[in-house]
Amino acid sequence: MKRFALLAVLLFGALLVYGTTDFPDWGDPSSPAATHVSPHYIRHSLEETAVPNIVTAVLADYRGYDTMFETSVIFTAGLACFFLLRVFARKAPDSRLYRHRATGITLRIEQGGRLPEGAREFERIDSQWVPYDLIIRTACRLVLPFIQLFALYVVAHGHHSPGGGFQGGVIFGAAVILYAISHDLRSTLQMLPERRTVLMSAGGVLIYAGTGLICLLLGAQFLDYAALAGILGVDPIMARSHGIFIVEIGVAIAVMAVMVSLYYNLASVGRFDEGL
Amino acid sequence: MTAAGYINLIIAKYNYWIYIVLMCVGLWGMIVKRNLVKKIIGMNILQTAIILFYVSIATKKGAALPILAHHIGAHRTDPATIINPLPHVLMLTAIVVSVATLGVALALTINIYKRYGTLEEDEIHDLMRNA
Repeated sequence: MKRFALLAVLLFGALLVYGTTDFPDWGDPSSPAATHVSPHYIRHSLEETAVPNIVTAVLADYRGYDTMFETSVIFTAGLACFFLLRVFARKAPDSRLYRHRATGITLRIEQGGRLPEGAREFERIDSQWVPYDLIIRTACRLVLPFIQLFALYVVAHGHHSPGGGFQGGVIFGAAVILYAISHDLRSTLQMLPERRTVLMSAGGVLIYAGTGLICLLLGAQFLDYAALAGILGVDPIMARSHGIFIVEIGVAIAVMAVMVSLYYNLASVGRFDEGL
Repeated sequence: MTAAGYINLIIAKYNYWIYIVLMCVGLWGMIVKRNLVKKIIGMNILQTAIILFYVSIATKKGAALPILAHHIGAHRTDPATIINPLPHVLMLTAIVVSVATLGVALALTINIYKRYGTLEEDEIHDLMRNA
């Protein structure tokens, strides 16, 4: 079996290497990939969309359908993960654990015992062995605002530098996941509840598709942002630029929410009680 | 073909060969490894190889990034001096989608582990046959 697999892999590799003899040389400016539509993008994207970053212009304008459905794919993946893992039926645990924030003393409340849920000086924990690490918590708290600010910068500056909705959304999602790792899932869920992540991932896709729909209602083609000129009060070229920005915000919200919701489901195996 | 011809061939194509080696590593992981998580890692290596392949197609020798300055007149941009933006666009979305598919794959793996208590493929086959 293993020998057969090795043979298959080697045959596959050899066929591909044989195929590369017909491939364009490295860095060849007249390769087939660089000759059909790509010269049009390079020559005309600035005058047609007023976006200096050609990648952003192609992503959200020329290939707007593609990107919209990629966003839907990400949304669907988040949904699939939710349906595969989420557990709703939950039996009440025999005892609950609380930790006194200031001293680190852990209290065990047996069934029927009471501790006010809203007591500020106690926090609910799920397993006793999770240590309270001051250094990691403080370091992450210091870093987090800068990561989030950088994520917003990457989204907002996607027209002029490498960046855009996908990258910024992933960075923002990483910031939330870092919070969840350095604290615990329970406190992250208080900050960003599950319902909100699901609504945000749907809302991001809705912003994208809704922008396209508004263009359709204004008499242009789907995702033809030039039709937004009347609403935004700018000329059609700038309307394309602004339309791309609106769509990128939708992508960023959807990607961020899906990343966080994937983490919630995977880290707690759908139970949403204890994090890593 | 002369020796110089072979050297030119290697210089012109060796980037593809690196990605082919990466692809073979990923395919090997997906076919041979019995652990499902290792199969997922193999799938990711394969995806990375494809992403690198696309990005390398975009390069043009001595060309600049596909970000224009506002002050450059659009008619003066020569396609040979700016790298091809299209593969970058395709791979930008592919990276995020690969993360999303990774999440779904891991969710499926968790469910398989819940049901069978193992991630080894042959043990799962035995359990399925006996059930």
